[in-house]
Amino acid sequence: MLQKNKFVNNITYADAILSATKIMLKKNKDVFVFGQGVDDPKGHYGTTLNLHKDFGEDRCFDTPICEESMTGVGIGAAIAGMSPILVHQRMDFLMLAMNQIVNMASKIHYISDGKLCVPIVVRACIGRSWGQGAQHSQSLLSTFAHIPGLKVIAPTTPHDVKGTLITAIEDRNPVIFIEHRMLYKNKGLVPKGYYKVGFGKSRTLSKGCDITLVGISFTVIDCINAKKLLQEKSIKAEVIDLLSIQPLDMSKIVSSVKKTKKLVIVENDWINCGVSSEIISRLIETYNVKFEVKRIGYLFTPCPTTSALEESFYPSPEKIAKVSYEMVTKKKNWKPRKIKTKEIEEFKGPF
Amino acid sequence: MKIKKFDYEKAYYLFKKIRCTEEKIIEIYESNIIKSPVHLSLGQESIAVGVALASEKKKDIVFSNYRSHAHFIAHGGNFKKMWAELFGKETGLSSGKAGSMHLGDLGINFIFTSAIVGSAISQAVGYSLALKMKKLNSKVICYHGEGAMDQGTFWESLNFSALKKLPILFVCENNGLAIYSDQRKRMKTLDICKKVKSFGVHTIKIKDNSTKNIFQNTQKALQRIKKNGQPVFLEISTYREVDHVGINYDFALGYRKKEKQKMMKSLNELKFLKQNTKNFKQIEKKINKEISDALNYSLKSNFPHKKCIGSNVTKE
Repeated sequence: MLQKNKFVNNITYADAILSATKIMLKKNKDVFVFGQGVDDPKGHYGTTLNLHKDFGEDRCFDTPICEESMTGVGIGAAIAGMSPILVHQRMDFLMLAMNQIVNMASKIHYISDGKLCVPIVVRACIGRSWGQGAQHSQSLLSTFAHIPGLKVIAPTTPHDVKGTLITAIEDRNPVIFIEHRMLYKNKGLVPKGYYKVGFGKSRTLSKGCDITLVGISFTVIDCINAKKLLQEKSIKAEVIDLLSIQPLDMSKIVSSVKKTKKLVIVENDWINCGVSSEIISRLIETYNVKFEVKRIGYLFTPCPTTSALEESFYPSPEKIAKVSYEMVTKKKNWKPRKIKTKEIEEFKGPF
Repeated sequence: MKIKKFDYEKAYYLFKKIRCTEEKIIEIYESNIIKSPVHLSLGQESIAVGVALASEKKKDIVFSNYRSHAHFIAHGGNFKKMWAELFGKETGLSSGKAGSMHLGDLGINFIFTSAIVGSAISQAVGYSLALKMKKLNSKVICYHGEGAMDQGTFWESLNFSALKKLPILFVCENNGLAIYSDQRKRMKTLDICKKVKSFGVHTIKIKDNSTKNIFQNTQKALQRIKKNGQPVFLEISTYREVDHVGINYDFALGYRKKEKQKMMKSLNELKFLKQNTKNFKQIEKKINKEISDALNYSLKSNFPHKKCIGSNVTKE
């Protein structure tokens, strides 16, 4: 367990990203950061703040509004031996670059039979709440995980976002690095210097023996809050932060589910053809585990803008707690109290 | 950059080699030994030869596309391995995982090509950005058709290359066709150079298919890039002799007329180069031997082991 000392800071998720980026810009002259607004006064929620001043305008620069071509530029630079970090304000904008990511970046290593590699990090931020609406809120995690040749990471804690970003920058493959807007202000203990958190490892955030809750990105926070609610009914939930979607780590889920026999997977996405389907399939197909399972995720509609409907759209600690309670007790006699999710409550926009 | 004189002998060798290669592919294609699509360069050879002879071999970086045989051969790619790749053999450029649409040879900085029209253009620009960042005194040559200029990404990439002052030469091979769609069906205004110029990029238009003229203009363009480190755009009119994909003539489809004069352009140019080459007999002998050696090499080579399918999906 980390403790705050002269080597460990209590910093935000956004600052952890900034710290990882600064370390890598210092360590490796081939690293550079580019994307719309990375050198503006807001510095993408502070994650790229003043990098252009600290490291020069050729190592942190703004781009025209053309996602596909800028991704291609990053891929071309990566082929030439650079380590570009491309920043998207929202995951939704990344859709304009799918040709480069799916047709090009993921295939180049294979097509060249290993002679070329594409060490690009594509950072994308999932939006949520305060009216982000249909086109500023998508996760699309499983879309990328579907493609061989890509790695897909979605860290939740400040510690992991720094460690996995350093790993992503040093990885020689295209990495889709998925952040969440609601996590940027969250604080946690983060070592000051260089360290790596490896891909393909999920993280057990909290132990329990009655039910396993698997969260992805922001729904990890929902799971932690649901665990608190379940404690009121003396139900001990184990919370796993999936962290790495491709490669997918099954080991912690398998050992947890063998213990609890009950699994709730909370997608930070639509459930349909999603990551949860993949986890459940692997449990059945490969690991022969007997268990009960429920999936919770976005309602299968575009995300509505009005807050009156948004609540129905997203998973929540209450929904998770209620489903978990019913699985554990086989009773339907509990309506969990509504708890305030700090990140959502405090967010007052505009973006 | 040293000013080079146009070398007829070299030009004839490359031109003839491209032509013979494509003709050999046509000859054996029906036997089903090349089990994948081919986009032949017949009719467009002079561009590849002129540009390649003007470029700095092993120093310049070459981005091509799915119609790459001429570029690959002209820039001096490994010929045996190219054939083995067409045959899907383990001795191929990519152990058979790539084929005709994705040829590449890093020995001559020839980047593995893409089958998605226009998709490598931004990568070529990105490569030239890296050259600038690394302060490498080198340039990128990016071949594309006028069809790729229908794509938004061409203009986005062009803008970025001008904005960042990048050392890249765009070589537009304008054959006026996107599969069977005439340029006039796809573009309101046909003056490509005028459009490119408006992005702040220097342009050169070449209307004939004189290899020497292409060579000289490319040399001028590359010198300009070397001097001021900014992009140049070359538009060269050309003619596609056979179908977009595959080995057949496509006149029977009725979408274009067979124009004898255009059909003869490339052969006439080849004849002209031959007339200026003393040792043409020796050269032809050499080419025949290279082709038969490459075919034997490819035929004798093994197919990749089944285990190979899972290698190099990701870099370990």
